[in-house]
Amino acid sequence: MRRIVSTILSTISIMVLLFSYHTSSSSATVSASPVVQQPASSDPNPPSGSLTSGGSSKSGGTSTTRPGPAAKPSPPAAIAYTGGVASTRWGPVQVRITVRGGKVTRAQAVQYPQGTNQDAQINSYALPILDQEVVQKQSASIDTVSGATVTSDGYLQSLQSAIDQAHL
Amino acid sequence: MSRRAWVQQIMGMPISIHLRGKDVDSPMVAHVVEDAFVLLREADRLFSTYRDDSEVSRIRRGELDPGHADPLVQEVIALCRQAGELTKGAFTDQLPDDQGVLRFDPTGLVKGWAADRAANRLAELPGLAFCLNAGGDVVVGGTESETESETEVQVNGGSRPSKDGSGALWRVGIEDPRDRSRVAQVVQLHHGGVATSGTAARGAHLYDPNAQTFVDRAGSVSVIGPSLMWADVWATALFVGPKSLMLRFSEVADGYRVISL
Repeated sequence: MRRIVSTILSTISIMVLLFSYHTSSSSATVSASPVVQQPASSDPNPPSGSLTSGGSSKSGGTSTTRPGPAAKPSPPAAIAYTGGVASTRWGPVQVRITVRGGKVTRAQAVQYPQGTNQDAQINSYALPILDQEVVQKQSASIDTVSGATVTSDGYLQSLQSAIDQAHL
Repeated sequence: MSRRAWVQQIMGMPISIHLRGKDVDSPMVAHVVEDAFVLLREADRLFSTYRDDSEVSRIRRGELDPGHADPLVQEVIALCRQAGELTKGAFTDQLPDDQGVLRFDPTGLVKGWAADRAANRLAELPGLAFCLNAGGDVVVGGTESETESETEVQVNGGSRPSKDGSGALWRVGIEDPRDRSRVAQVVQLHHGGVATSGTAARGAHLYDPNAQTFVDRAGSVSVIGPSLMWADVWATALFVGPKSLMLRFSEVADGYRVISL
Protein backbone atom coordinates (compact mmCIF):
# COMPACT_ATOMS: atom_id res chain seq x y z
CA MET A 1 0.00 0.00 0.00
CA ARG A 2 2.86 2.32 0.80
CA ARG A 3 4.18 1.69 -2.66
CA ILE A 4 0.86 2.50 -4.20
CA VAL A 5 0.72 5.77 -2.38
CA SER A 6 4.21 6.75 -3.41
CA THR A 7 3.47 5.83 -6.97
CA ILE A 8 0.35 7.89 -6.85
CA LEU A 9 2.26 10.81 -5.47
CA SER A 10 4.61 10.63 -8.38
CA THR A 11 1.56 10.62 -10.57
CA ILE A 12 0.42 13.80 -8.92
CA SER A 13 3.71 15.40 -9.82
CA ILE A 14 3.14 14.56 -13.42
CA MET A 15 -0.35 15.91 -13.31
CA VAL A 16 0.93 19.11 -11.87
CA LEU A 17 3.28 19.42 -14.79
CA LEU A 18 0.51 18.77 -17.21
CA PHE A 19 -1.75 21.27 -15.56
CA SER A 20 1.09 23.74 -15.71
CA TYR A 21 1.23 23.09 -19.39
CA HIS A 22 -2.42 23.76 -19.85
CA THR A 23 -2.32 27.02 -18.03
CA SER A 24 0.06 28.30 -20.63
CA SER A 25 -2.34 28.70 -23.43
CA SER A 26 -0.13 29.71 -26.29
CA SER A 27 3.09 27.78 -26.08
CA ALA A 28 3.17 24.21 -27.20
CA THR A 29 6.57 23.44 -25.88
CA VAL A 30 6.52 24.29 -22.23
CA SER A 31 8.90 22.09 -20.40
CA ALA A 32 9.98 21.36 -16.91
CA SER A 33 8.43 23.35 -14.17
CA PRO A 34 9.66 22.94 -10.64
CA VAL A 35 8.29 19.86 -9.01
CA VAL A 36 7.78 19.66 -5.34
CA GLN A 37 6.83 16.02 -5.10
CA GLN A 38 9.64 14.12 -6.65
CA PRO A 39 8.63 10.69 -7.81
CA ALA A 40 9.41 8.24 -5.11
CA SER A 41 9.84 5.47 -7.59
CA SER A 42 13.04 3.75 -8.49
CA ASP A 43 12.73 4.83 -12.07
CA PRO A 44 16.27 5.61 -13.20
CA ASN A 45 14.96 7.97 -15.79
CA PRO A 46 12.45 10.22 -14.12
CA PRO A 47 10.05 12.04 -16.39
CA SER A 48 11.42 15.36 -17.43
CA GLY A 49 8.17 17.18 -17.30
CA SER A 50 8.25 17.84 -20.97
CA LEU A 51 5.20 16.77 -22.84
CA THR A 52 7.39 15.02 -25.34
CA SER A 53 7.66 11.98 -23.16
CA GLY A 54 9.31 9.21 -25.04
CA GLY A 55 9.63 5.57 -24.32
CA SER A 56 12.80 5.94 -22.37
CA SER A 57 11.67 5.15 -18.90
CA LYS A 58 11.79 1.58 -17.82
CA SER A 59 9.04 -0.14 -16.00
CA GLY A 60 11.64 -1.37 -13.61
CA GLY A 61 10.35 -4.84 -12.94
CA THR A 62 8.95 -3.95 -9.59
CA SER A 63 6.16 -6.08 -8.35
CA THR A 64 2.78 -5.08 -9.52
CA THR A 65 0.63 -2.91 -7.37
CA ARG A 66 -2.51 -3.53 -9.27
CA PRO A 67 -5.01 -5.16 -6.99
CA GLY A 68 -6.09 -8.58 -8.08
CA PRO A 69 -9.61 -9.41 -9.14
CA ALA A 70 -11.98 -8.46 -6.43
CA ALA A 71 -11.83 -11.00 -3.69
CA LYS A 72 -14.52 -9.10 -1.85
CA PRO A 73 -18.06 -8.79 -3.02
CA SER A 74 -18.34 -5.13 -2.18
CA PRO A 75 -17.17 -2.49 -4.65
CA PRO A 76 -13.86 -0.85 -3.84
CA ALA A 77 -14.02 2.32 -1.84
CA ALA A 78 -12.87 5.57 -3.27
CA ILE A 79 -9.83 7.07 -1.63
CA ALA A 80 -8.70 10.62 -2.23
CA TYR A 81 -5.06 11.68 -2.17
CA THR A 82 -3.99 15.27 -2.18
CA GLY A 83 -0.59 16.07 -3.55
CA GLY A 84 1.80 18.68 -2.27
CA VAL A 85 1.71 22.20 -3.55
CA ALA A 86 3.94 22.61 -6.55
CA SER A 87 5.34 25.97 -7.47
CA THR A 88 5.02 26.64 -11.13
CA ARG A 89 5.98 29.74 -12.95
CA TRP A 90 2.33 30.66 -13.05
CA GLY A 91 1.83 30.14 -9.35
CA PRO A 92 1.08 27.32 -6.93
CA VAL A 93 -0.75 24.23 -8.15
CA GLN A 94 -2.14 21.46 -6.04
CA VAL A 95 -3.95 18.43 -7.32
CA ARG A 96 -6.22 15.90 -5.67
CA ILE A 97 -6.91 12.52 -7.20
CA THR A 98 -9.49 9.94 -6.34
CA VAL A 99 -8.55 6.31 -6.60
CA ARG A 100 -11.06 3.51 -6.75
CA GLY A 101 -9.99 -0.07 -7.05
CA GLY A 102 -6.47 0.92 -7.98
CA LYS A 103 -7.57 3.23 -10.78
CA VAL A 104 -7.48 6.97 -10.83
CA THR A 105 -11.12 7.88 -11.24
CA ARG A 106 -10.93 11.60 -10.78
CA ALA A 107 -8.43 14.40 -10.69
CA GLN A 108 -9.00 17.96 -9.77
CA ALA A 109 -6.93 21.02 -9.11
CA VAL A 110 -7.65 22.17 -5.56
CA GLN A 111 -5.30 25.11 -5.89
CA TYR A 112 -4.29 26.82 -9.05
CA PRO A 113 -2.75 30.09 -10.15
CA GLN A 114 -5.03 33.05 -9.75
CA GLY A 115 -5.70 35.06 -12.82
CA THR A 116 -5.47 32.22 -15.25
CA ASN A 117 -8.49 30.97 -17.03
CA GLN A 118 -8.41 27.76 -15.11
CA ASP A 119 -11.86 26.55 -15.94
CA ALA A 120 -11.28 26.82 -19.62
CA GLN A 121 -7.86 25.26 -19.45
CA ILE A 122 -8.60 22.33 -17.21
CA ASN A 123 -11.76 21.16 -18.80
CA SER A 124 -13.69 18.00 -18.54
CA TYR A 125 -12.92 16.45 -21.88
CA ALA A 126 -9.80 14.85 -20.74
CA LEU A 127 -7.41 14.61 -17.93
CA PRO A 128 -4.10 13.71 -19.41
CA ILE A 129 -2.41 12.13 -16.54
CA LEU A 130 -0.46 9.24 -15.29
CA ASP A 131 3.18 8.66 -15.06
CA GLN A 132 4.40 6.09 -17.55
CA GLU A 133 5.37 3.68 -14.86
CA VAL A 134 1.90 3.79 -13.46
CA VAL A 135 0.52 3.31 -16.92
CA GLN A 136 2.54 0.17 -17.42
CA LYS A 137 1.18 -1.26 -14.24
CA GLN A 138 -2.34 -0.30 -15.06
CA SER A 139 -2.43 -0.97 -18.75
CA ALA A 140 -4.66 -3.94 -18.15
CA SER A 141 -7.32 -1.58 -16.94
CA ILE A 142 -7.19 0.81 -19.86
CA ASP A 143 -10.42 0.74 -21.81
CA THR A 144 -9.11 1.46 -25.25
CA VAL A 145 -6.06 2.64 -27.14
CA SER A 146 -5.62 5.61 -29.43
CA GLY A 147 -2.68 5.43 -31.77
CA ALA A 148 -1.53 5.78 -35.31
CA THR A 149 -3.99 4.09 -37.59
CA VAL A 150 -4.15 0.38 -37.05
CA THR A 151 -4.84 -1.65 -40.14
CA SER A 152 -6.61 -4.97 -40.18
CA ASP A 153 -3.24 -6.62 -40.74
CA GLY A 154 -1.70 -5.06 -37.68
CA TYR A 155 -4.67 -5.53 -35.44
CA LEU A 156 -3.86 -8.91 -33.99
CA GLN A 157 -0.61 -7.61 -32.55
CA SER A 158 -2.21 -4.55 -31.08
CA LEU A 159 -2.99 -3.75 -27.51
CA GLN A 160 -6.49 -2.87 -28.61
CA SER A 161 -6.94 -6.40 -29.85
CA ALA A 162 -6.12 -7.74 -26.40
CA ILE A 163 -8.62 -5.39 -24.82
CA ASP A 164 -11.32 -6.38 -27.30
CA GLN A 165 -10.64 -10.07 -26.70
CA ALA A 166 -11.17 -9.61 -23.00
CA HIS A 167 -14.72 -8.41 -23.57
CA LEU A 168 -15.98 -10.25 -26.62
CA MET B 1 -23.06 -3.71 -14.61
CA SER B 2 -21.50 -5.53 -17.48
CA ARG B 3 -19.41 -4.81 -20.49
CA ARG B 4 -19.42 -6.25 -23.94
CA ALA B 5 -17.42 -5.74 -27.12
CA TRP B 6 -18.08 -6.23 -30.82
CA VAL B 7 -15.41 -6.06 -33.50
CA GLN B 8 -15.77 -5.88 -37.26
CA GLN B 9 -13.26 -5.21 -40.01
CA ILE B 10 -14.53 -2.29 -42.07
CA MET B 11 -12.66 0.16 -44.29
CA GLY B 12 -9.60 -2.01 -43.98
CA MET B 13 -9.36 -1.59 -40.26
CA PRO B 14 -10.69 -3.10 -37.07
CA ILE B 15 -13.60 -1.22 -35.58
CA SER B 16 -14.58 -2.17 -32.08
CA ILE B 17 -17.60 -1.10 -30.10
CA HIS B 18 -17.60 -1.54 -26.34
CA LEU B 19 -20.70 -1.00 -24.26
CA ARG B 20 -21.01 -0.70 -20.51
CA GLY B 21 -24.14 -0.76 -18.44
CA LYS B 22 -27.16 -2.92 -17.93
CA ASP B 23 -28.62 -5.30 -20.48
CA VAL B 24 -25.72 -5.27 -22.90
CA ASP B 25 -26.91 -8.66 -24.10
CA SER B 26 -30.42 -7.61 -25.04
CA PRO B 27 -31.62 -7.99 -28.64
CA MET B 28 -32.37 -4.28 -28.81
CA VAL B 29 -28.75 -3.51 -28.01
CA ALA B 30 -27.50 -5.94 -30.63
CA HIS B 31 -29.80 -4.29 -33.15
CA VAL B 32 -28.46 -0.79 -32.47
CA VAL B 33 -24.86 -1.99 -32.54
CA GLU B 34 -25.51 -3.59 -35.91
CA ASP B 35 -27.02 -0.30 -37.09
CA ALA B 36 -23.81 1.44 -36.13
CA PHE B 37 -21.77 -1.05 -38.14
CA VAL B 38 -24.19 -0.63 -41.06
CA LEU B 39 -23.52 3.11 -41.06
CA LEU B 40 -19.79 2.44 -41.16
CA ARG B 41 -20.14 -0.02 -44.03
CA GLU B 42 -22.27 2.49 -45.88
CA ALA B 43 -19.46 5.01 -45.55
CA ASP B 44 -17.05 2.44 -46.90
CA ARG B 45 -19.30 1.80 -49.89
CA LEU B 46 -19.56 5.47 -50.76
CA PHE B 47 -16.08 6.69 -49.95
CA SER B 48 -13.57 3.87 -50.29
CA THR B 49 -10.76 4.54 -52.73
CA TYR B 50 -10.17 0.78 -52.78
CA ARG B 51 -13.57 0.00 -54.28
CA ASP B 52 -13.85 0.73 -57.96
CA ASP B 53 -17.59 1.19 -57.66
CA SER B 54 -17.59 3.72 -54.81
CA GLU B 55 -18.77 7.21 -55.56
CA VAL B 56 -15.39 8.59 -54.58
CA SER B 57 -13.66 6.26 -57.04
CA ARG B 58 -16.06 7.38 -59.75
CA ILE B 59 -15.35 11.02 -58.95
CA ARG B 60 -11.62 10.28 -59.08
CA ARG B 61 -12.00 8.79 -62.55
CA GLY B 62 -14.07 11.73 -63.68
CA GLU B 63 -17.14 9.58 -64.17
CA LEU B 64 -19.24 11.31 -61.55
CA ASP B 65 -19.79 15.01 -61.16
CA PRO B 66 -19.49 15.79 -57.42
CA GLY B 67 -22.56 17.96 -57.78
CA HIS B 68 -24.57 14.85 -58.62
CA ALA B 69 -23.08 12.67 -55.91
CA ASP B 70 -24.91 11.24 -52.94
CA PRO B 71 -25.90 13.93 -50.40
CA LEU B 72 -23.55 12.32 -47.90
CA VAL B 73 -20.67 12.67 -50.33
CA GLN B 74 -21.54 16.30 -50.88
CA GLU B 75 -21.65 16.83 -47.14
CA VAL B 76 -18.16 15.39 -46.81
CA ILE B 77 -16.87 17.50 -49.69
CA ALA B 78 -18.12 20.62 -47.93
CA LEU B 79 -16.53 19.51 -44.65
CA CYS B 80 -13.21 18.87 -46.41
CA ARG B 81 -13.28 22.38 -47.79
CA GLN B 82 -13.98 23.74 -44.32
CA ALA B 83 -11.17 21.64 -42.85
CA GLY B 84 -8.73 22.96 -45.42
CA GLU B 85 -9.64 26.52 -44.56
CA LEU B 86 -9.51 26.00 -40.80
CA THR B 87 -6.09 24.35 -40.95
CA LYS B 88 -4.65 26.83 -43.45
CA GLY B 89 -4.24 24.12 -46.01
CA ALA B 90 -2.55 21.57 -43.77
CA PHE B 91 -5.56 19.33 -44.31
CA THR B 92 -6.29 18.45 -47.90
CA ASP B 93 -8.64 16.16 -49.82
CA GLN B 94 -6.30 16.18 -52.82
CA LEU B 95 -3.78 13.37 -52.40
CA PRO B 96 -1.34 11.92 -54.91
CA ASP B 97 -2.38 8.62 -56.43
CA ASP B 98 0.01 5.84 -57.43
CA GLN B 99 1.22 7.92 -60.35
CA GLY B 100 1.68 10.99 -58.18
CA VAL B 101 -1.33 12.75 -59.67
CA LEU B 102 -3.40 14.68 -57.15
CA ARG B 103 -6.89 13.26 -56.88
CA PHE B 104 -9.90 13.71 -54.64
CA ASP B 105 -9.38 11.59 -51.52
CA PRO B 106 -11.42 12.50 -48.44
CA THR B 107 -10.23 9.46 -46.48
CA GLY B 108 -8.55 11.58 -43.84
CA LEU B 109 -11.86 13.07 -42.84
CA VAL B 110 -14.29 10.28 -43.64
CA LYS B 111 -13.08 7.94 -40.93
CA GLY B 112 -13.84 10.36 -38.12
CA TRP B 113 -17.02 11.54 -39.80
CA ALA B 114 -18.30 7.98 -40.14
CA ALA B 115 -17.31 7.09 -36.60
CA ASP B 116 -19.14 10.14 -35.26
CA ARG B 117 -22.24 9.09 -37.20
CA ALA B 118 -22.07 5.60 -35.77
CA ALA B 119 -21.50 7.06 -32.32
CA ASN B 120 -24.64 9.16 -32.61
CA ARG B 121 -26.60 5.98 -33.21
CA LEU B 122 -25.02 4.31 -30.18
CA ALA B 123 -25.83 7.35 -28.07
CA GLU B 124 -29.50 6.50 -28.50
CA LEU B 125 -29.06 3.44 -26.31
CA PRO B 126 -30.60 4.28 -22.96
CA GLY B 127 -28.50 3.67 -19.89
CA LEU B 128 -25.44 2.49 -21.77
CA ALA B 129 -22.05 4.06 -22.26
CA PHE B 130 -20.18 3.34 -25.46
CA CYS B 131 -16.62 3.42 -26.71
CA LEU B 132 -16.03 3.07 -30.43
CA ASN B 133 -12.47 2.58 -31.65
CA ALA B 134 -11.90 2.87 -35.38
CA GLY B 135 -8.35 1.79 -36.06
CA GLY B 136 -6.90 3.84 -33.25
CA ASP B 137 -9.28 6.78 -33.27
CA VAL B 138 -11.75 6.74 -30.43
CA VAL B 139 -15.15 8.25 -29.74
CA VAL B 140 -16.99 7.71 -26.45
CA GLY B 141 -20.30 8.79 -24.99
CA GLY B 142 -23.56 7.69 -23.48
CA THR B 143 -24.45 7.34 -19.86
CA GLU B 144 -24.50 4.44 -17.48
CA SER B 145 -27.66 5.33 -15.68
CA GLU B 146 -27.10 2.64 -13.14
CA THR B 147 -23.96 4.24 -11.78
CA GLU B 148 -24.93 7.81 -12.27
CA SER B 149 -24.90 8.67 -8.62
CA GLU B 150 -21.48 7.17 -8.23
CA THR B 151 -19.91 8.82 -11.21
CA GLU B 152 -18.04 11.87 -10.20
CA VAL B 153 -18.45 14.98 -12.18
CA GLN B 154 -15.14 15.81 -13.73
CA VAL B 155 -13.08 18.83 -12.97
CA ASN B 156 -15.30 21.81 -13.22
CA GLY B 157 -15.32 24.03 -16.20
CA GLY B 158 -15.67 22.91 -19.75
CA SER B 159 -18.99 23.36 -21.42
CA ARG B 160 -19.25 19.67 -21.72
CA PRO B 161 -22.06 17.77 -22.56
CA SER B 162 -24.50 15.51 -20.93
CA LYS B 163 -26.84 17.86 -19.24
CA ASP B 164 -26.75 16.15 -15.91
CA GLY B 165 -22.99 16.28 -15.99
CA SER B 166 -22.66 12.56 -15.70
CA GLY B 167 -21.55 9.84 -17.99
CA ALA B 168 -19.24 6.92 -17.94
CA LEU B 169 -15.56 7.52 -17.71
CA TRP B 170 -13.46 5.80 -20.36
CA ARG B 171 -9.74 5.50 -20.01
CA VAL B 172 -8.11 6.01 -23.37
CA GLY B 173 -4.47 5.03 -23.52
CA ILE B 174 -2.34 7.05 -25.91
CA GLU B 175 0.04 4.68 -27.60
CA ASP B 176 3.74 5.40 -27.31
CA PRO B 177 4.75 6.10 -30.94
CA ARG B 178 8.24 4.77 -30.27
CA ASP B 179 7.11 1.53 -28.68
CA ARG B 180 3.63 0.56 -29.72
CA SER B 181 3.33 -2.04 -27.00
CA ARG B 182 3.39 0.73 -24.45
CA VAL B 183 0.95 3.35 -23.41
CA ALA B 184 2.54 6.76 -23.00
CA GLN B 185 -0.37 8.61 -21.44
CA VAL B 186 -3.92 8.08 -20.39
CA VAL B 187 -6.76 10.42 -21.19
CA GLN B 188 -10.02 10.04 -19.33
CA LEU B 189 -13.23 11.32 -20.77
CA HIS B 190 -16.98 10.84 -20.74
CA HIS B 191 -17.86 12.23 -24.13
CA GLY B 192 -15.94 13.12 -27.23
CA GLY B 193 -13.18 11.91 -29.45
CA VAL B 194 -9.50 11.11 -29.23
CA ALA B 195 -7.61 10.96 -32.52
CA THR B 196 -3.94 10.18 -33.00
CA SER B 197 -1.90 10.76 -36.12
CA GLY B 198 1.57 9.45 -36.68
CA THR B 199 3.68 7.18 -38.78
CA ALA B 200 4.15 4.35 -36.30
CA ALA B 201 1.64 1.94 -37.79
CA ARG B 202 1.69 2.56 -41.51
CA GLY B 203 4.88 4.45 -42.23
CA ALA B 204 4.96 7.68 -44.18
CA HIS B 205 1.34 7.86 -45.28
CA LEU B 206 0.53 11.37 -44.08
CA TYR B 207 0.77 13.96 -46.80
CA ASP B 208 1.89 17.53 -46.33
CA PRO B 209 0.11 19.50 -49.06
CA ASN B 210 2.21 22.59 -48.55
CA ALA B 211 5.52 20.78 -48.95
CA GLN B 212 3.91 18.36 -51.44
CA THR B 213 5.54 15.41 -49.82
CA PHE B 214 4.73 12.59 -47.45
CA VAL B 215 5.87 13.22 -43.93
CA ASP B 216 8.33 10.75 -42.48
CA ARG B 217 9.13 11.68 -38.94
CA ALA B 218 8.78 9.97 -35.62
CA GLY B 219 6.28 10.84 -32.96
CA SER B 220 2.56 11.38 -32.95
CA VAL B 221 -0.01 14.06 -32.34
CA SER B 222 -3.22 13.32 -30.46
CA VAL B 223 -6.14 15.69 -30.31
CA ILE B 224 -9.02 15.41 -27.85
CA GLY B 225 -12.34 17.21 -28.21
CA PRO B 226 -16.07 17.02 -28.73
CA SER B 227 -16.03 15.66 -32.28
CA LEU B 228 -13.78 12.82 -33.38
CA MET B 229 -13.86 14.07 -36.96
CA TRP B 230 -12.43 17.45 -36.04
CA ALA B 231 -10.01 15.92 -33.58
CA ASP B 232 -8.73 13.71 -36.39
CA VAL B 233 -8.51 16.56 -38.89
CA TRP B 234 -6.45 18.56 -36.42
CA ALA B 235 -4.26 15.66 -35.37
CA THR B 236 -3.25 15.10 -38.97
CA ALA B 237 -2.89 18.80 -39.73
CA LEU B 238 -0.73 19.41 -36.68
CA PHE B 239 1.41 16.38 -37.47
CA VAL B 240 2.18 17.44 -41.03
CA GLY B 241 1.83 21.21 -40.68
CA PRO B 242 4.24 23.89 -39.55
CA LYS B 243 4.74 24.63 -35.88
CA SER B 244 2.95 27.92 -36.35
CA LEU B 245 -0.23 25.97 -36.96
CA MET B 246 -0.42 25.34 -33.22
CA LEU B 247 -1.29 28.99 -32.74
CA ARG B 248 -4.07 28.71 -35.28
CA PHE B 249 -5.30 25.58 -33.51
CA SER B 250 -5.47 27.36 -30.16
CA GLU B 251 -7.43 30.17 -31.79
CA VAL B 252 -10.03 28.28 -33.76
CA ALA B 253 -10.32 24.81 -32.24
CA ASP B 254 -12.25 25.78 -29.17
CA GLY B 255 -12.69 22.89 -26.77
CA TYR B 256 -9.90 20.81 -28.29
CA ARG B 257 -6.54 20.05 -26.80
CA VAL B 258 -3.42 18.40 -28.08
CA ILE B 259 -0.86 15.92 -26.83
CA SER B 260 2.39 15.71 -28.79
CA LEU B 261 4.60 12.70 -28.28
